[in-house]
Amino acid sequence: MFPKVGISVVQILERLGHTIDYPQDLACCGQPAFNSGYWDEARAVAVNVLRRLENAEAVVIASGSCGAMLKVFYQELFAGTDHEAEAKAVSAKCWEFSEFLVKKLQVTDVGARFPAKVTFHDGCHGLRELHNKAAPRELLAKVRGLELVEMQDAEVCCGFGGTFAVKFPMISTAMGDVKCASALETGAHYIVSNDSSCLMQLQGLLDRQRKTTKTIHLAEILAKT
Amino acid sequence: MSEKENILARVREALRVPAPWPGHSPAPSNRTGGPPSDNARQWLPSVRPSFDDQVALFRKNAGDLKAEFFLLEGVDELPAKLAQLRETEGWKKIGTHDGELTTAACRALDLPTCRTDHPYDAKDLETCDAGITECDALIAQTGSVLLTSRSAGGRALSVLPPHHVVLARREQLISDLPEAFALLKRKYQSNYPSFMTLITGPSRTGDIERILVLGAHGPKKLTIFCV
Amino acid sequence: MSFVQEFKTQALRLTHDLRHRQLIQTALRKYEIVRDKSRAAFRDWQAARQAAAETKWEAINHLDKYLVEFTDKLAARGTKVHWASTASQARDIILGIIREKKARSIIKSKAMTSEEIHLNEALEHAGYEVVESDLGEFIVQLRHEAPYHIVFPAMHLSRGDISELFTRELGSAQTDNPEELTMIARRVLREKYVTADIGLTGANFAIAETGMISITENEGNARLTGSLPKVVISLLGIEKILPRLEDLALFLPMLAVSGTGQALTCYNSLYGGPRQPGESDGPEEYHVVLLDNRRTELLADAEQRDALHCIRCGACLNVCPIFRNVGGHTYGTTYSGPIGSVITPHLRGLQDWKHLSYASSLCGACTETCPVKIDLHHHLLQNRRNASNQKPSTLEKMAFKLFAFTVNRPGLYAFARGAGRIAQKLHSLVKRTRLDPAGGWTTTRDLPPIASQTFKEFWKTRNKS
Repeated sequence: MFPKVGISVVQILERLGHTIDYPQDLACCGQPAFNSGYWDEARAVAVNVLRRLENAEAVVIASGSCGAMLKVFYQELFAGTDHEAEAKAVSAKCWEFSEFLVKKLQVTDVGARFPAKVTFHDGCHGLRELHNKAAPRELLAKVRGLELVEMQDAEVCCGFGGTFAVKFPMISTAMGDVKCASALETGAHYIVSNDSSCLMQLQGLLDRQRKTTKTIHLAEILAKT
Repeated sequence: MSEKENILARVREALRVPAPWPGHSPAPSNRTGGPPSDNARQWLPSVRPSFDDQVALFRKNAGDLKAEFFLLEGVDELPAKLAQLRETEGWKKIGTHDGELTTAACRALDLPTCRTDHPYDAKDLETCDAGITECDALIAQTGSVLLTSRSAGGRALSVLPPHHVVLARREQLISDLPEAFALLKRKYQSNYPSFMTLITGPSRTGDIERILVLGAHGPKKLTIFCV
Repeated sequence: MSFVQEFKTQALRLTHDLRHRQLIQTALRKYEIVRDKSRAAFRDWQAARQAAAETKWEAINHLDKYLVEFTDKLAARGTKVHWASTASQARDIILGIIREKKARSIIKSKAMTSEEIHLNEALEHAGYEVVESDLGEFIVQLRHEAPYHIVFPAMHLSRGDISELFTRELGSAQTDNPEELTMIARRVLREKYVTADIGLTGANFAIAETGMISITENEGNARLTGSLPKVVISLLGIEKILPRLEDLALFLPMLAVSGTGQALTCYNSLYGGPRQPGESDGPEEYHVVLLDNRRTELLADAEQRDALHCIRCGACLNVCPIFRNVGGHTYGTTYSGPIGSVITPHLRGLQDWKHLSYASSLCGACTETCPVKIDLHHHLLQNRRNASNQKPSTLEKMAFKLFAFTVNRPGLYAFARGAGRIAQKLHSLVKRTRLDPAGGWTTTRDLPPIASQTFKEFWKTRNKS
């Protein structure tokens, strides 16, 4: 859904000298069905994901929520089924993108340049399921010309929550408004996150309110030289 | 079947299926080493061992809580200190109970007194300006006073009058909460009082816009004398 | 209106109430500051959470043993123990005691369990005066409202609201000063404590080892309620059990830090029976009423049993962005916030109350903050799964089956994406009108443009060259 993010990831990893494979027929991790309580349907999708990833050395995911789905929730989804061991195996080699760079590749400077004032939004899945707080900030610290300001309540949910956004739009919008207000208070020109769904939520609100603040994925910043 | 039997039967039936061990960690296969809360001391805020350190900590905590704390040189200082309070606070009547410290100190105050050693009239206690009690312990870690219906003249003396005054001894200063419960067990094991309490500062509320107000229903002032 | 419609109506109203939003945000920001300070004073907060979780696991997974120990010890020192399977039985037991004593006035300290069984209404209906002594409860009682928050019942009111209320109901002078307002309530209640025939309390913990109830408070109203009346009744859920007295050394501070941000609340008291020989005050009669009210059903759900570990601190409410924006009353049930959303389907019916589990972005802040490590947001997911298994929405199930079918077939998926591009161009015709299928989103938010080149297309062209 957000090809610029995927393209950025490829550019960065290749710049660092790695080979990327992309299983063509991978489409979705199944989270929408899982979150709505339709676990059989979610499993139907997830089983294919497991199969297509079984030979991968490492799986890099540029999304906190998809990353959490594969790394954490697949184990719950497949607990007590024939695919329990497979799910564990795939989970062990899954990495959210910023964690992959910092923890696995031990790299914080990817040669990026992005002169702007930005603030970081901690997507909930990345923060709480994958315990990812420091890695994005370590990467941003090495981006030339970039100024990072922290917003108040950076860890509070943006309100997207998948189908929640359309099932309870008034609550989702209120949460997004509160988050946008926190971000705008910092005077930053960009809101950065490692989750595209959060960014879509915030950009949607900012655009509707005719605000000039833009949202951008962490990978897109890191790809810029 | 009584309701008791009904409920217990449902509980037993429900518990036939085991629940996962908490914290997403596997249950320790060898669960020795006593109940999990035994190590509470290791995780609670730290307390230094010396008397001076503990007094300092108690004093600091009491101050933060807006309770008054005085460390006196000896028990002979008490009558004068209480007389001072009587003057500054304008006490006309006090409540108290018999005790090594309270009896002498309160006699010296020479005020109409409601005694709560035996059944008394609550309306009588309600007109007292201060309740003067002893205690079981002072807890450095939290700035708390530990007392019971047996050590402090019943349940109401330390909570109904608007000013609670505690007379304590140096030996009663203890380090932390685990020590407090150990003390209660040691002291009362075979026969607990029906009421025991940890008092941590004067009464307060945050119910109005989370703004702190003292003296909601219990005492507005808490004064602790340690001899 | 169904419960879910009522919820959505209230949510719509409250999320547009910017005054409410500001009030709650201010209150909760203050809480966060003191909470973080108190947590940091712990040498190892995370280890303490694990120990608390394990202690509650022990208590709940051996609940029958501990309930027997608790009640035997209570009874041995003269307490009258009652067991109530249902809310109605609990009300009858309490009414029975009150009638037998020919009581007229009842003073009450805070007890969420009494809200759960709608006790006050039953007592007032039977002609008894019931006065709430906790300041927050006293305030919402005067407004004929349910408590807004399990720890801070009047959190949604400003001092101006309260002053107006007191002037109207108590005839007091207008004042903007929180201290003066508190003193007004103090004066009114003073007389009630001394003259009440019956005291009614709740309980925070039930100590099995020594047969005692533990009550945590700041105001002193529970101590007064439990000291002066001749007859005192304590109502508590069966899940309040803690195995040993010394467990309190861990639980009292954790409850305080999580609930209000204090290191310890002002009064933490243990009640072990009626007045004992040699004691000068305390009730002549002490009753303890144990309540099931479908807790045993939650107990039987091993996957969610840890929801019974809850110590009712309210921390999950405080951190929940949904709670902050819709407020406690919107939930329409006694227990709100994340814990309420988890347990209410078990206590009051899954199909009727599943919507609370869907009204969540699953951010996980609740699970992260819970002092006893209840897996709250995962339980919300499980409630969703259980609800769809029990009664799948045909439309939704078909939609997800179609979704799975499409996603698993690359050719079909590519076709769907192409169709999506065209659909988006057509969508601009109906956007933000009543025909807009994406109305849920577009009422308040713009949609992102579909990218001109998909990642798959990028990959293909790249590998060709």
